[in-house]
Amino acid sequence: MSEMTVRRHVAPPLPHVDLSTKLAGVTFPNPVFTASGCAAAGQELDQFFDVTDLGGVVTKSIMLAPRSGRPTPRMAETPSGMLNSIGLQGPGIDAFLEKDLSWLADRGARAVVSIAGGSVDDYTKLAQKLRGRPGLTMVEVNISCPNVEDRGQVFACDPVAAAAVVQAVRRNTAPGIPVFAKLSPDVTDIVAIARACVDAGADGLSVINTLLGMTIDTTTMRPALAGITGGLSGPAIRPVAVRCVWQVHQALPDVPVLGMGGIRTGLDALEFVLAGASAVSVGTTVFGDPTAPMRVLYELAHALAERGIDRLSDAVGLAHRPPVAYVPEEPDPVGDELPVVRTPVGFEEERA
Amino acid sequence: MAVQVQGEVLSIRRVGAYNAMTVVAPGIAELTRPGHFVAVQVGGPESSMLLRRAFAIYDVKERGVYGGTVEFVFAVHGKGTAWLASRRPQDKLDVVGPLGKPFRLPTSRVNATLVGGGYGAAPLLPLASALRERGSRVDFVLGAGSADRLFGQLDAKRIGTTIAVTTDDGSVGERGRVSDVLPEVLDRTGSEVIYACGPMAMLKSVSAIAAERGIPCQVAVEESMACGIGVCMTCVLPVIGDDGVSRMVRSCVEGPVFLGDRVRWDDVGTVPSDVLGAPVPVASTGGGN
Repeated sequence: MSEMTVRRHVAPPLPHVDLSTKLAGVTFPNPVFTASGCAAAGQELDQFFDVTDLGGVVTKSIMLAPRSGRPTPRMAETPSGMLNSIGLQGPGIDAFLEKDLSWLADRGARAVVSIAGGSVDDYTKLAQKLRGRPGLTMVEVNISCPNVEDRGQVFACDPVAAAAVVQAVRRNTAPGIPVFAKLSPDVTDIVAIARACVDAGADGLSVINTLLGMTIDTTTMRPALAGITGGLSGPAIRPVAVRCVWQVHQALPDVPVLGMGGIRTGLDALEFVLAGASAVSVGTTVFGDPTAPMRVLYELAHALAERGIDRLSDAVGLAHRPPVAYVPEEPDPVGDELPVVRTPVGFEEERA
Repeated sequence: MAVQVQGEVLSIRRVGAYNAMTVVAPGIAELTRPGHFVAVQVGGPESSMLLRRAFAIYDVKERGVYGGTVEFVFAVHGKGTAWLASRRPQDKLDVVGPLGKPFRLPTSRVNATLVGGGYGAAPLLPLASALRERGSRVDFVLGAGSADRLFGQLDAKRIGTTIAVTTDDGSVGERGRVSDVLPEVLDRTGSEVIYACGPMAMLKSVSAIAAERGIPCQVAVEESMACGIGVCMTCVLPVIGDDGVSRMVRSCVEGPVFLGDRVRWDDVGTVPSDVLGAPVPVASTGGGN
């Protein structure tokens, strides 16, 4: 194959905005990551763009042993989203370390390894296997897979169980490698789970995993997925995700958040940043647009520049600031009933 | 190596019950081999349909007046394909390709029988041309539910030595299935290899006939996909590996072309208990993305 035929996406130059972001002491060159389960381990996407241009590659959740996953159909398209019930198919941690993490390390990518288990002991062993591995930049603890037959097994639905898993992973992970807990939106109070994870040693939080959903095929009159229920992702869940990021950041403003859920454009990413995310993952959008992470990065940089923001870090959580003076130039015909918040206008001192 | 191209529709025409669409998509034609497929975005940039639609490549031209073109054939199944069928020349279309593992060509001259079901015949036509260029004999068996769902008959007559046609309703050719006439065709032509593309049930029966006779058989499967590039893990089916171990493999990157005797046809849509990593029949311990 000649060089000429290799047409990877070449990112246009970015505006002069400092896109670097710090997650629990680790600096990433930019805030756009892949999302777990939406990018495999980066190799497939590397034919479309250079995966080292990403802030980080978040790999598909890996378990201790090889896992076949669930039967097909595993996927159903839904309005502005999709349901999946893959069931954590994967090669197991040993094959992952040998084939996938080593590839990411050789490639120079920043690997964020997502791990999943059925018990605290599984997570402990996974963290131990990862310890000291070249290329490992961060660990994302998937405690929130929605595709389980027993909802009691979703660690992220129970603060005690979530804390136990996070503590085990943190204790067995090298210092300097941040441990992020991935939260489920399918809880009454996501802040309570977030606090439990942070108290147990989580350095940051990934917000959010998919929502448990279901669709029925009206032709066969049976559930469309072989697994019956599945995880809902895509732009359909974005407002839920933004709300979760907002609530978590409001309660725990010093805890870094990796935000995800239906990000399709740079402005979507900016919403998450404004809500309190220090970085974002682009997930389901990649299925329809493999170069989307690079486009989102480019659009985000421009969106920041257009708003006169020189540093991404200045925008993190910006939507939480108090309302600023807003005086409409002329009466707003539809906004009349909304209270207009006005702050006192200051004037220069009168000169003598 | 696949590329993502902002293409432009050059033409769309009705072929019986199907649509054949040609897209100017520079960079894809040069890399395409018979059996490759493309994944197409549907609904435009603001579409609520996020997932790509995958279609086997029917024809490519590396250097047309307009640059490289790709042609594929599709049936309208839902909103996404209905949108695609409503595209007109010069409309933009985001295409990723070529994807998947193509058909493997024999290294020597052979007698090959190509079996197509419905528009599954589309990728067999460029394959037939490639086989003919290498001096092989090509015979066709084409089947469909009805006459309007037969595809590629004219091409097949031009390229192939013989062509046998079956339809479920007998509206053209013999009434029945391709598997009803395939044994006779294999006997008559002395075929040494079989290539097939079409519905899973057809591929299963063709693979069984090939296995009975010890004839190597390559099949291109059709599984529903979300991405087509190997990252979503939705298009899996149980396939026996070179090491004898069955795995749930992705039809988009490990396929769509498989050896017919390696696919566990009876287990498609299930996770057989002996595949690598199959759940232990006790309580399930989780699942997820």
